Amino acid sequence: MSTTTDVTEPVPAAEAAAAGTPRRVPGGLARFRELSLVPAILVLGVIGFIVSPAFLTSDNLIGVAQQSTELSLLVLAQALILIAGRMDLSLESTIGVAPVIAVWLVLPAAGGRFTGLELLPVWTAIPVCLLVGAVIGAVNGFFILKLRLNGFIVTLGALTMLRGLQIAISEGRSIVELPASFTYLGHASWAGVPAAIWVCALLFAVGGCALAWLRHGRALYAIGGNPEAARTAGIRVDRITWVVLIVGGVLAAFAGVLYSGHYGSISADQGSGWIFQVFAATVIGGVSLNGGRGTLFGALTGVLTLQLVVNVMTLAGVPPLWNQFLNGAIIIVALIISRFASGEKQE
Amino acid sequence: MADPATAPPAVAEATGIGKRFGATVALRDAGISVAPGESHALVGRNGAGKSTLVGILTGLQQPDTGTLRFSGEPAPSVGDTDAWRSRVACVYQRSTVIGDLSVAENLFLNRQSPGALRPIRWTALRRRASELLGEYGVDIDPAARARDLTVEQRQFVEIARALSFGARFIILDEPTARLDARGIARLFDKLRDLQRQGVAFLFISHHLQEVYDLCTTVTVYRDARHIVTAPVADLDHDALVEAMTGESAAAPAAGAAPATGRATAATGAPLLDVTGLTLRDAYADVSLEVRAGEVVGLAGATASGNVRLAETLAGLHRADTGRIAVAGREVRASGVPAALAAGVGLVPEDRHHQGLVGSRSVAENATLTVTDQLGPYGTVLPSRTREFAERMIKDLDIRTPGAGTPVSALSGGNQQKVVVARALATDPHVLVAVRPTNGVDVRSKEFLLGRIRKVADDGRAALVVSDELDDLRACDRIVAMFHGRVVAEFGRGWRDEDLVAAMEGVAARPAQERDTEQGEEQEG
Ligand SMILES: Nc1ncnc2c1ncn2[C@@H]1O[C@H](COP(=O)(O)OP(=O)(O)OP(=O)(O)O)[C@@H](O)[C@H]1O
Ligand SMILES: [Mg+2]
Repeated sequence: MSTTTDVTEPVPAAEAAAAGTPRRVPGGLARFRELSLVPAILVLGVIGFIVSPAFLTSDNLIGVAQQSTELSLLVLAQALILIAGRMDLSLESTIGVAPVIAVWLVLPAAGGRFTGLELLPVWTAIPVCLLVGAVIGAVNGFFILKLRLNGFIVTLGALTMLRGLQIAISEGRSIVELPASFTYLGHASWAGVPAAIWVCALLFAVGGCALAWLRHGRALYAIGGNPEAARTAGIRVDRITWVVLIVGGVLAAFAGVLYSGHYGSISADQGSGWIFQVFAATVIGGVSLNGGRGTLFGALTGVLTLQLVVNVMTLAGVPPLWNQFLNGAIIIVALIISRFASGEKQE
Repeated sequence: MADPATAPPAVAEATGIGKRFGATVALRDAGISVAPGESHALVGRNGAGKSTLVGILTGLQQPDTGTLRFSGEPAPSVGDTDAWRSRVACVYQRSTVIGDLSVAENLFLNRQSPGALRPIRWTALRRRASELLGEYGVDIDPAARARDLTVEQRQFVEIARALSFGARFIILDEPTARLDARGIARLFDKLRDLQRQGVAFLFISHHLQEVYDLCTTVTVYRDARHIVTAPVADLDHDALVEAMTGESAAAPAAGAAPATGRATAATGAPLLDVTGLTLRDAYADVSLEVRAGEVVGLAGATASGNVRLAETLAGLHRADTGRIAVAGREVRASGVPAALAAGVGLVPEDRHHQGLVGSRSVAENATLTVTDQLGPYGTVLPSRTREFAERMIKDLDIRTPGAGTPVSALSGGNQQKVVVARALATDPHVLVAVRPTNGVDVRSKEFLLGRIRKVADDGRAALVVSDELDDLRACDRIVAMFHGRVVAEFGRGWRDEDLVAAMEGVAARPAQERDTEQGEEQEG
């Protein structure tokens, strides 16, 4: 190679050999990876239809969708964080603690069963709740990105700590006297469909578009895929990761708003144990735990699959005592299906 | 070049740069100055501090001491990536391609759209990408995922990206290490084009011939220091090597094939016997024999299939038909463990992807294939690992602070030596080395090739898979491949032109040619 080639006369065959390479891969199919769960959802639909006539009614389907909203927001948050190559376990506590803190700050100091501090006007409940979520994300980000602590353990610690904080503030009880502004989104209906569904769909659409068509969205994939390379390309890796963690916290807090509105109260174990479902839905939907891979649409299909299975099982009259067993089994089956439907290794 | 009345300031000027990593001093009071439109070469042995200087010049690392100026102005602040980008573009020594993203996106990463809030137009982006790649004569589907590309294609993606920023100063850190002769010719055409437009280059390479071909000025670093800067015309090959190594270059001159005086070499027992091996889309009907005491070269350009053949021998692919026998025993099972057990050691093509676990220590990486020899009953004794590794470090002259240093902290050439060390560690019957001297400096190159020779002298066999004439010169016999087929065979005393012609598929056939009814044009 050190002797430069004098033989520059181009031979057609050689040219073709250099150009058309043996390892060429069709780029087309890869684009449909995120659709891999759609057949599974259709099959579930058929099974549901066979099992019970109640399945294919708009009431039932809207019910499934409404029940998916809170989980799907956590999945949205987790998917963004995973794509950027991080993890946040504390989301499942944020969904409980953020509403509790917000409500605690605005509720009257005397009178009700739960005594607040009455520090802020009642209309600020939702903004404060979202702010709490942002602060949680920012603090996690500080530990992970500034102090370079291990993200898994930091957020695991936060999970426990925030759950404890919620119990301490709420004295371990459910809070039922919620401001009307706070519960509105969770139980209102717009055009016959619960507002929560509209809002969720909108958030997924906005997030999906940002990931597909905005530079900063694409930067998440670059960061998750190879942070060193992203840095050399001029992407501000730490800043963007931090923003993603904050957005994740805000989304989890917002899921808390919807959940509280939906059930009319903030229960003490709101969101507890959800993180397992969140990870399962995200990974089934094709998001890689190692970062850099996956789409929000895929993650959404993951949530819907899990929720549909639960719904079909309920309609089929599966004894509730078997639910937990089946839930776990179904996650594994769904994982296998998505592995082979997409042809992607889930490393 | 139309110079203005006053001499323009250097496009990049670094003075008094010092940089240390823990106990290692990577740069000590070093400097460089690149004039506008100049092609400046930076050479030095492995670990001399070249890539560290590149990191500093591109704003990835901060120097401990010293100042940096671009066109007379002080360097931008650390976080201001856009400002750095507009002053200098770079092809880094380490791969910066992101495997999960498409080729088009890799090319335009972080500038896919004109503004942060403007949506990306994907079709237009892919079109721009194929136009850009077309300038280099490489036909890559811009929608393909980068991880599916070959090593050479990936390198072209890096190069095309760096050159497309429109910067007036471009750094290329060993850009040719992963290209074949044809690829290098294409790259140089493009660089000469940019030279004519007045773009300045800082060019790093261990192929000194490329320095003479492309550059006007050369700077030599040695042991973290600046040694000399001079016009290339004033330093001949020997003077350059002397400046790099600090010792007279007289003794082992390049070019002279190592005289081993082993006319009896080919009489050993065949250790590797390949018959009728075929892998679809890679190579067809390859037969090959390597005897004990022999070093055989398997020459061929990137698309010739020689690398894939080597990987097949090492168990990374499964051949469709044909048989492989090592030391007289047929290797039936495919897979790396089977190949290792049969006695095949591999130096892989790409050290980053197939070779090293970056965060683990030199010792662990060097002994990864021999963990079963490091202690009884499946245990791995740290003391034995260290001892083993220290022997390797001494044997191959690996520059590292210690056996426990993570591999990612080594310079590129020294990482390559770790990969070679690992292949040697198993004491293989057959050492299959793909471009073993990739990124290794002149002196270490002789050294590594000598080490491969020693494998043969110890009664084993080596297969050197490469298109580098320096590597091939060290072989007893060369089998040339083109387009998936063996097209020629050379004994000792071949002429460069003949071998290059054979690798390029040009019909100038030497006397020793063995297949007469070859028809390269017939395959699709
Ligand atoms: N991140 C790091 N951590 C610790 N040491 C480092 C790091 N990067 C480089 N070094 C050390 O700095 C020295 C210079 O390395 P550098 O990569 O600049 O060498 P180089 O001249 O580019 O060599 P090569 O030709 O092999 O690429 C080496 O001794 C290396 O071990
Ligand atoms: Mg280097």
